[in-house]
Amino acid sequence: MNDDRPLTGQIRRHGPPPTLSEYEDCGGYAPVRTMLSHMTPEDVQQEVMNSNLRGRGGAGFPTGQKWSFVPMGADAPRPKYLVVNADEMEPGSFKDRLLLEGHPHRLIEGIIIAAYAIQAECAYVFVRWAYHPSVIALGRAIREARETGLLGHNLLGSGFSLTVHVHTSAGRYICGEETALLNALEGHPVIPRSKPPYPQVCGLWGKPTIVQNVETVCNLPHILAHGAKWFRNLGKGKDAGTKLYAVSGRVKQPGVWELPIGTSMREILEHHAGGMQEGYAFRAMQPGGGSTGFLTEDHLDLAMDFDSLSSVGSRLGTGTAIVLDDRTCPVGFVRNLEHFFAQESCGWCTPCRDGLPWVERLLADIDNGNGRPQDVEILERHVTLLGPGRTYCAHAPGAMEPLKSALRYFRSDFDRHIHDQRCPWKSQGTEA
Amino acid sequence: MSRDEKIRSMLTEEEKGMIDEELSHYPTTRAGGIEALKIVQRRRGWISDDLLLAVAHHVGMAPAELDRSATFYNLIFRRPIGRHVVLVCDSVSCWLMGADRLRDRLRHRLGVGAGETTADGRFTVLPNVCLGACDRAPAVMIDETLHGPLTEDELDRLLDSQMP
Ligand SMILES: Cc1cc2nc3c(=O)[nH]c(=O)nc-3n(C[C@H](O)[C@H](O)[C@H](O)COP(=O)(O)O)c2cc1C
Ligand code: SF4
Ligand code: FES
Repeated sequence: MNDDRPLTGQIRRHGPPPTLSEYEDCGGYAPVRTMLSHMTPEDVQQEVMNSNLRGRGGAGFPTGQKWSFVPMGADAPRPKYLVVNADEMEPGSFKDRLLLEGHPHRLIEGIIIAAYAIQAECAYVFVRWAYHPSVIALGRAIREARETGLLGHNLLGSGFSLTVHVHTSAGRYICGEETALLNALEGHPVIPRSKPPYPQVCGLWGKPTIVQNVETVCNLPHILAHGAKWFRNLGKGKDAGTKLYAVSGRVKQPGVWELPIGTSMREILEHHAGGMQEGYAFRAMQPGGGSTGFLTEDHLDLAMDFDSLSSVGSRLGTGTAIVLDDRTCPVGFVRNLEHFFAQESCGWCTPCRDGLPWVERLLADIDNGNGRPQDVEILERHVTLLGPGRTYCAHAPGAMEPLKSALRYFRSDFDRHIHDQRCPWKSQGTEA
Repeated sequence: MSRDEKIRSMLTEEEKGMIDEELSHYPTTRAGGIEALKIVQRRRGWISDDLLLAVAHHVGMAPAELDRSATFYNLIFRRPIGRHVVLVCDSVSCWLMGADRLRDRLRHRLGVGAGETTADGRFTVLPNVCLGACDRAPAVMIDETLHGPLTEDELDRLLDSQMP
């Protein structure tokens, strides 16, 4: 195993994913074999709890703690389910695709581990429609695993059975929200469910269910192989493990890299993404996808980990950064984001359904040179009215994070649009 | 043949077999509804009212309920579409890398805007949210293949290569 890049070390960037036998030659599925013969589900839960692994889907919830709410033992409701969230539709996010296309066997191994830990007998991988190569790679890997007895009835004679199905979606961002995803899988109208009850107790078809991001699950094999302590030491600061970081925008080399969690934004931006393209200067970035708050030059030396970014009012999110350069209008940037959020609202609650289109409209007016002086204040009011605690899910609050921080860091740009009644960037001809 | 019989006979044995295989993955049939629609759409391009009824009947769902799913998902097509579907990413990373230029080129070259199909029935152009390929911005997906980063001229050549 490639020690400092356990998630991606075996991925060939321009070749097919490792086959089952190639994976086994590098130690693949050994952790599962050991687990099935020597560890109880409680042992696995404990190891993952000790590892400090936090969910990589955006919220950063500790994985071991999530599992601890699942009813265990002979009286627990059956069947239990594991759902892998491979919806990845947040603008700017493209990290799970690398794992799905590049190393499906690692995901399957992670699935076996997570399912065993909570004693789930059925797992669904919920993949977004656009990821065709991922679906093909996963299907092939599942077949191989089944033929070897790593999936199916009575895995390797352990008495534990597990079936894995791939469900492909057909669009819509809300399907990635974990309770909406459960409704989507069941074929019900895709809106989030109210919590409690939490999915761990009452999830898919009313049974105990955990929903976990692709990257989270792919971390499990090496946690079992090398132990919790080793995993904790991979991180640079308080958080444990490595993280897939990505950068898109006007940088020299957009891409995705596996680095110690807690690597600074400056290192990611300058060293891995190659810095800004000629003729473009850095202005700000969203550190973890379209629903995370902007950060500026002043924040570049911060560690990209959960606590450091929340301490400055942003979030690690998915760890996939989007860079705003000096030749792109920040109002246009936020307008594009809010168009996405307004379009993708599921419409279940009023603040989100009615507020987001209004936000989009105000931003369009400002961007088009028709902004009114009171518009900024109305936008600010939306930041509160659509904020945490007022909606059924985190969609609307997520939509407000970039708006809130934009009003803070780019306030003079908003004012200038409104005062001059035009977009200063459009006159330079750098934008359509 | 009555309308009912006609509708029942619309799905091919192959389609029914594939749908039944998908349905076997779930404890309830409605969970397989969306997979069933995709199987049919893949063969026929889009889901007409009659096809919707046929699938609902086969799956055992009320047509209105299946249609609610069908119209919720943006990639289930309930109206005729061209032989090739061109999804142009309109999310933020592609926008800032020049996605508007690709859209303008499509409009100019094919004479259609977002949501429209060319008169010869070859292409339907649809805006789409982030394709998960922001490192390849601006990105476009034609049918099931991702392309990017693309210049306007590269997009032109791609369209030329889509046969028929
Ligand atoms: C609107 C919305 C969309 C989401 N989309 C995704 C997604 O595509 N993939 C994902 O892993 N998590 C997504 N999440 C977060 C999930 O709800 C959930 O927290 C996550 O899958 C849990 O996995 P983790 O603990 O392994 O991170 C989304 C959340 C919201 C509110
Ligand atoms: S916040 Fe928006 S996306 Fe979430 S439940 Fe309410 S309407 Fe739906
Ligand atoms: S923004 Fe276009 S692929 Fe992500």
